[in-house]
Amino acid sequence: MSHGAKGGATVKERAELALNNDFLRKAVKFTTERLKNGKLQAMKEHGNWEEWRERGRQIRLHTIAHLDYYLNLFVENARANGVHVHFAETAQEAVDISMAIAERVSAKTVVKSKSMVSEELHLNAALEKIGVEAIETDLGEYIIQLADEPPSHIIIPAIHKNRYQIAELLSEDAGETLEADTKILAGYVRRRLRSKFLEADIGMTGCNFAIAETGSMVLFENEGNARMVTTLPKTQITLMGMERIIPSWADLEVMATLLPRSATGQKLTMYMSGITGPRRSEDADGPDEMHIIIVDNGRSLQLGDPEFQELLNCIRCGACLNACPVYRHIGGHAYGGTYSGPIGAVLTPSLNKNIAEWDDIANASSLCGACYEACPVKIPLHDMLVYLRRRKVEAGHSNKLEDAGMKGFATLFSKSGRMSTVLKLGKIGQKFVARDGGIRLKIGPLKGWNTYRVTPTLPKKSFRQQWATLDAEIREGLKEMSPDIKRRMEQAVQSRKNGGTHGHGHS
Amino acid sequence: MKVSLFITCLSDAIYPRVGEAMVRLLARYGVTLEFPPIQTCCGQPAFNSGYWNEARTTAKTIIEAFEDSDFVIAPSGSCTGMIHHYPKLFENDPAMLDKALALQSKTYEFTQFLVNVLGVTDVGATFRHKVTYHPSCHGSRLMGIKDEPMALMTRVKGLEFVPLPHAEDCCGFGGTFAVKMSDISGAMVSEKSDHVKETEAEVLVGLDMACLMNIAGNLRYRNEPVKVMHLAELLYEGVR
Ligand code: SF4
Repeated sequence: MSHGAKGGATVKERAELALNNDFLRKAVKFTTERLKNGKLQAMKEHGNWEEWRERGRQIRLHTIAHLDYYLNLFVENARANGVHVHFAETAQEAVDISMAIAERVSAKTVVKSKSMVSEELHLNAALEKIGVEAIETDLGEYIIQLADEPPSHIIIPAIHKNRYQIAELLSEDAGETLEADTKILAGYVRRRLRSKFLEADIGMTGCNFAIAETGSMVLFENEGNARMVTTLPKTQITLMGMERIIPSWADLEVMATLLPRSATGQKLTMYMSGITGPRRSEDADGPDEMHIIIVDNGRSLQLGDPEFQELLNCIRCGACLNACPVYRHIGGHAYGGTYSGPIGAVLTPSLNKNIAEWDDIANASSLCGACYEACPVKIPLHDMLVYLRRRKVEAGHSNKLEDAGMKGFATLFSKSGRMSTVLKLGKIGQKFVARDGGIRLKIGPLKGWNTYRVTPTLPKKSFRQQWATLDAEIREGLKEMSPDIKRRMEQAVQSRKNGGTHGHGHS
Repeated sequence: MKVSLFITCLSDAIYPRVGEAMVRLLARYGVTLEFPPIQTCCGQPAFNSGYWNEARTTAKTIIEAFEDSDFVIAPSGSCTGMIHHYPKLFENDPAMLDKALALQSKTYEFTQFLVNVLGVTDVGATFRHKVTYHPSCHGSRLMGIKDEPMALMTRVKGLEFVPLPHAEDCCGFGGTFAVKMSDISGAMVSEKSDHVKETEAEVLVGLDMACLMNIAGNLRYRNEPVKVMHLAELLYEGVR
């Protein structure tokens, strides 16, 4: 499967493709809006959302701060349950471990479910090379596998396709025309996959949470396929990002409250499975052999980095994507990586130590903060985007033209006199291009802006030029301050001295 | 008590009428604003683009400009928010950090000052028009300015308020974003204008001239006859 960036080397080019694709924009808008509204409704019904959100954040902060301890505990317990635990520092190592297992059990087919990590590793392509067929069994994943595309959303991988496009793909797969009806299409995939589940030698899943106290892993899903994947094949492999840990089942209660509500607005997903080790003799079903591959692949870069450690708190709910106005317009493929949306824009560069290889994905944000507001564990993604931009500048990988522009900016705005001079020049210059108090010219730096807008002209006098007259007039007719207002202002100064603050919700 | 106006570079250069409205409105409560002329820009374009050295240069000018003020009032949640970022900018410079913290604690967005400090919600204005409101992202999300403008608007006589659909969506300005990612930004502002149009409002009001310049520019491009105003202008218009 080719997982390269879809048709475009830069974010701008990829975004342009998406912006010109009305099907995509309509489909993404429709579904993100449904999910976003679902989440808002679920928050309202929950009644105590902010408090639980803070609890969730605290659990994640605590776990990540003691990640080595909880990882050890998890591994010890999982091993005691009879699980083979592997560590993979890089994507390649994780692929190698998976392939070695597949070869040892002479696997011909692998059925898969719910794993963004496996997308990160491009595992399907690697398995194909050694002659192992990998079959995605989540409906959305199955669709994009047929289309040979990467996922465009963390939890709705085929969000960019409408049901007619999906019907077309599935019809081709079926060799007969299927009606573009969700039930019919889902029914077809279910029938088609049934035999695959029974045939498969390996079941492979991701992991929503790993519970340290018992060495268990927990999966949330709606289709029931993850349950098949984890019970039918003889061998089970779980791919798990090293940060998926939470300490206890009690903590899971908080996460189970936050995750489905944030993802889809559901109180709980249709299925929630907790898996603790392979099949015991008294169990009716389950794999004989169970492996957990704990994947680093750049995650430990964030450990101990005060600006980015919170990134490890992410529970991959997708709420930030659904809240993001940029994502709504350009969809997931424009981000060019496995993870898209605000979390992808931060995660993709953060997982890569080599700043020279970062593309300009962090620039594809207006820094509106909708992601932070939506995030169930309050990750300040909008701040992190700025830190990424700064790191790129500091490492000398910025755009040279912009470097010059920003130097000019600093020179200009360090002294008010310089600013006034430039304004004067601007007033002279605009005489040549302004009509009816507006500038419509579409050349040079104004091209992009004026493709969508009319630029206002500079007024005759700037504020500072009007100040002396205005100030004199005000002072002449000045009213006396009421004692109440005076007292309030003094109080504000006093409370400030006592350390009171206002504004800035996070910081 | 020294209350200073931080006009912000945009209002200084393009929208002096917003500064004038603030000055005249606050004078009605006996609050005389001062205007330290050495002030320039808060530095946000450089900061958000990752050019923190350049941002520090202008931040130092702003810190110096307002060193002896008791209150600093700005007609922008975003520029106020930028000043609230100064401590991060100087986290490794203890002397400047203290000054940055001092400035942060005394800097307010216009409606925060009017409502939360002065305790004013009814300015006694009358404004007989259909009005909708765009809550700018930095002001509402990061500075928490949500109730203040509503408290002021609901008390304006004759004002017919129409909520803006998807009001909380970013208008697509984002500073250099509008230039670097002009097509994404264009898609966002076009959607915002669609929503403004849906309200059939005569006036769009907000608290940030950058966002309003963006939306107004697009509305004008499309020949939509919606008037765009800062809330300070609307309130002053209503009392004069
Ligand atoms: S960053 Fe937050 S909102 Fe986005 S996927 Fe992660 S947990 Fe969900």
